[in-house]
Amino acid sequence: MTAFLTLIIVLFIAIAIWQMVKIFDLAQVGSSNSVVATDKDNKINGYLMMGFLVFIYAITIASFWYLGDLPLTSNSASEHGPEVDNLMVISMTLIFIVQTITQFLLHYFAFKYKGEKGRKALFYADNNTLEAIWTFIPVVVLAGLIIYGLFTWTSIMNVEETEETLVVELYAQQFNWKARYAGEDNTLGMANVRLIDIDRANILGLDESDPNAQDDVITTELHLPVGKPVLFKMRSQDVLHSAYMPHFRAQMNCVPGMITQFGFTPTVTTKEMRLNPDIQEKVANINALRLEKKDEIEARGQDLMYEFDYLLLCNKICGKSHYNMQMKIIVETQEEYDAWMKEQKIFKNSLTNN
Amino acid sequence: MSAHADTHAHDDDHGHHHKETFVTKYIFSQDHKMIAKQYLITGTIMGVIGVLMSIMFRMQIAWPEQPNVLFEALLGKWAPGGVMDADIYLALVTIHGTIMVFFVLTAGLSGTFSNLLIPLQIGARDMASGFLNMVSYWLFFLSSVIMIISLFVEAGPAAAGWTIYPPLSALPMAQGGSGMGMTLWLVSMAIFIASSLLGSLNYVVTVINLRTKGMSMTRLPLTIWAFFVTAIIGIVSFPVLLSAALLLIMDRSFGTSFFLSDIFIQGEVLHYQGGSPVLFEHLFWFLGHPEVYIVLLPALGITSEIIATNSRKPIFGYRAMVMSILAIAFLSTIVWGHHMFISGMNPFLGSVFTFTTLLIAIPSAVKAFNYITTLWKGNLQMNPAMLFSIGLVSTFITGGLTGIILGDSALDINVHDTYFVVAHFHLVMGISALYGMFAGIYHWFPRMFGRMLNKNLGYLHFWVTAICAYGVFFPMHFIGMAGLPRRYYTNSNFPLFDDTANANVVITMFAIIGGIFQLVYLWNFFYSIFFGKKAEKNPWRSTTLEWTAPVEHIHGNWPGEIPHVHRWAYDYSKPGHEDDFVPQDVPLYDGEEELQH
Repeated sequence: MTAFLTLIIVLFIAIAIWQMVKIFDLAQVGSSNSVVATDKDNKINGYLMMGFLVFIYAITIASFWYLGDLPLTSNSASEHGPEVDNLMVISMTLIFIVQTITQFLLHYFAFKYKGEKGRKALFYADNNTLEAIWTFIPVVVLAGLIIYGLFTWTSIMNVEETEETLVVELYAQQFNWKARYAGEDNTLGMANVRLIDIDRANILGLDESDPNAQDDVITTELHLPVGKPVLFKMRSQDVLHSAYMPHFRAQMNCVPGMITQFGFTPTVTTKEMRLNPDIQEKVANINALRLEKKDEIEARGQDLMYEFDYLLLCNKICGKSHYNMQMKIIVETQEEYDAWMKEQKIFKNSLTNN
Repeated sequence: MSAHADTHAHDDDHGHHHKETFVTKYIFSQDHKMIAKQYLITGTIMGVIGVLMSIMFRMQIAWPEQPNVLFEALLGKWAPGGVMDADIYLALVTIHGTIMVFFVLTAGLSGTFSNLLIPLQIGARDMASGFLNMVSYWLFFLSSVIMIISLFVEAGPAAAGWTIYPPLSALPMAQGGSGMGMTLWLVSMAIFIASSLLGSLNYVVTVINLRTKGMSMTRLPLTIWAFFVTAIIGIVSFPVLLSAALLLIMDRSFGTSFFLSDIFIQGEVLHYQGGSPVLFEHLFWFLGHPEVYIVLLPALGITSEIIATNSRKPIFGYRAMVMSILAIAFLSTIVWGHHMFISGMNPFLGSVFTFTTLLIAIPSAVKAFNYITTLWKGNLQMNPAMLFSIGLVSTFITGGLTGIILGDSALDINVHDTYFVVAHFHLVMGISALYGMFAGIYHWFPRMFGRMLNKNLGYLHFWVTAICAYGVFFPMHFIGMAGLPRRYYTNSNFPLFDDTANANVVITMFAIIGGIFQLVYLWNFFYSIFFGKKAEKNPWRSTTLEWTAPVEHIHGNWPGEIPHVHRWAYDYSKPGHEDDFVPQDVPLYDGEEELQH
């Protein structure tokens, strides 16, 4: 029924436009026969240009008003996060200043110099000083940004693997994630998709003869101890996936046939983050919205109320259920982590048909 | 070459004794003006399909998994009960991207205006090779037909995103769309590339060899500079995509392992070993990034011409404009890695590509400032073409600025493949290039069809489109800054992004309204071809050579001798002249200095 109504509405809109077209056409015959812009056209469109400038500013303000919490610029949960956020805020501020000024000049000039019969434009073809100025200013500003950006990038990407580092494998497949921990020996066992043996529940293709693999732990939730550097080694068994952890300002593609890596140090536990006022406000907002759509959500079989959790999302198109490929990340204290780890089965014991 | 051109003119002077049939005039025409029209009409049809697809998937994003009669009517078995299927969602996204980038904004834009304007603006009888030009169009037509046929295959059209990264695009078991749909996609693109190369070679040769007397390179209108450089970029980069497509076909059909290694899918290990998907990404983006400028530069060239004409002022900084086109063209071939910061490529390469990428902001900024300065103290004639040109500068700035964030590898980690990227490239290349195309159509319609487009409908079309374009893509940046990944069939599967749902509804509303109002344009376009007001020879009082040719199209463009050029293309409101424009074929008067630009 709604579908039928939509169709009718679309039809009506089309007819309305058709009629408007006709009216426009008729109105034109009455007023002026000119096929090019007249002084009146210039005037009207000049004013509309100013109106459009106001519209651009208005939509900017409205976007900030309704969507301005910008989760990717604050409340990061990793050690390198604040640095990235700082760079992001600087870049955004710069963009908004330039955007506001240049859009003003463009639309204001379009209004101010709207054509009038008999006026002659200024013959002004060149000015090397001006060209030099607006080549030089972007050069300086961009040089600053590039240098800042490159330092940040280098410090994020060059992770040193020390004794203390927790090495975790992120394993992607259509359409879910697995995490593999190195176990007591803190060394991941060798693995290759050719060794996958579904019958023996060796789902990640670990080398059963590798002593380092025996105590590995495979999980479907990612638990991380707070304050400890973690280095992710990423694998994919089928197509490209991307491990996107927005709260930690972390992302890296998972590529079949090679191991990629990304490291960071989580700084805020899930529990602490849930108490953060900004996050609480966001959660309250989402829950208010969810209450409005209560029936729809329950029909889908989801929990009605939302509680904050870190998520690992797939962010590279990977097939039909791409949108539904996540894993929960839980950042906790070392004790909680140890306790959780103790409950997990090690690889050796998880195999069937032993 | 000029001898050849003169004999041609000779033929035309002596009556039309080689009588043209309907087929040679309208179908297998070798006349650049007719081929331009063929490109435009084909591009328009593809554009309608591409836009319709975007409206459909926007509806799915706004009202996820709601039955919709539009889906039921158009998607058939892919929308059981009117609910869009996840597979077809990805296919729509993929084909929308492919059609808009290649078929509309490459072939539709370059194909139309390079063909129409290069011979007319440089003073040539036709393209260097009319025959190759005809072949180029028909290959494009063939590739369009194959692309459309691919929409109807059993397992669905290609659905791996327009970037068709393997292994997803290489393995039919990875998704339905990677079967016959992907094969047809690759065949269509291979033919498309052949078409594009033939066209580009022709444009380059024509510009180099067939300029009329006096038309030195520094007197070329900026449109020609843009088309010329665009064609060179195309020749340099399209073959690389062709090789990538061929290697992918080998991997798919002949068991090679260029892009594939160590794959376990649907319970079995595949034989592929030693290849790398990252190699494909390199090859793809070696075309993919220059492609952005293949789309954008012609639009900027068109805008330069239209802003100067309608401001009644010379374009500010002609030399700087040419230099920035050349700089952009050069830099565009060494920035592709910024699409791959987090692909697993060596982080050091990421640093290099950040550096080159942010450099490209400099010539872009120069262009934007030069446009604004051209408006300053002008006498702006607000024709629809002028409005679209000003609109282009506006979206070029808004969209271009966010490139500073995306080009910065440290920041790209966060926003890579989110809606922030979608908003960025749609504004800076999609909408900007589309505005350039519309501007060109409004401006050169009289030159193409000898009739005028309705001005007031043009105003209506522009203002609604302008508002809707910002309405769609401005809030989208903010959704991206919330971390929402692109290409998700629905965002309601987990609650993290629930607070972006309302914004997505607003965006879709703008998209629907904007889409529907394109009907105003289509009506105006097709109605005016037949019933528009008859055009004068030079309706916009422009200086360039195409307006010295008669309104009626004749083979060879000018009935008598080709006009000679005595000045640059931007003598608007030049002191010492009665009129506010001096056409390029008017000789300098005694003591007049040609501007040392």
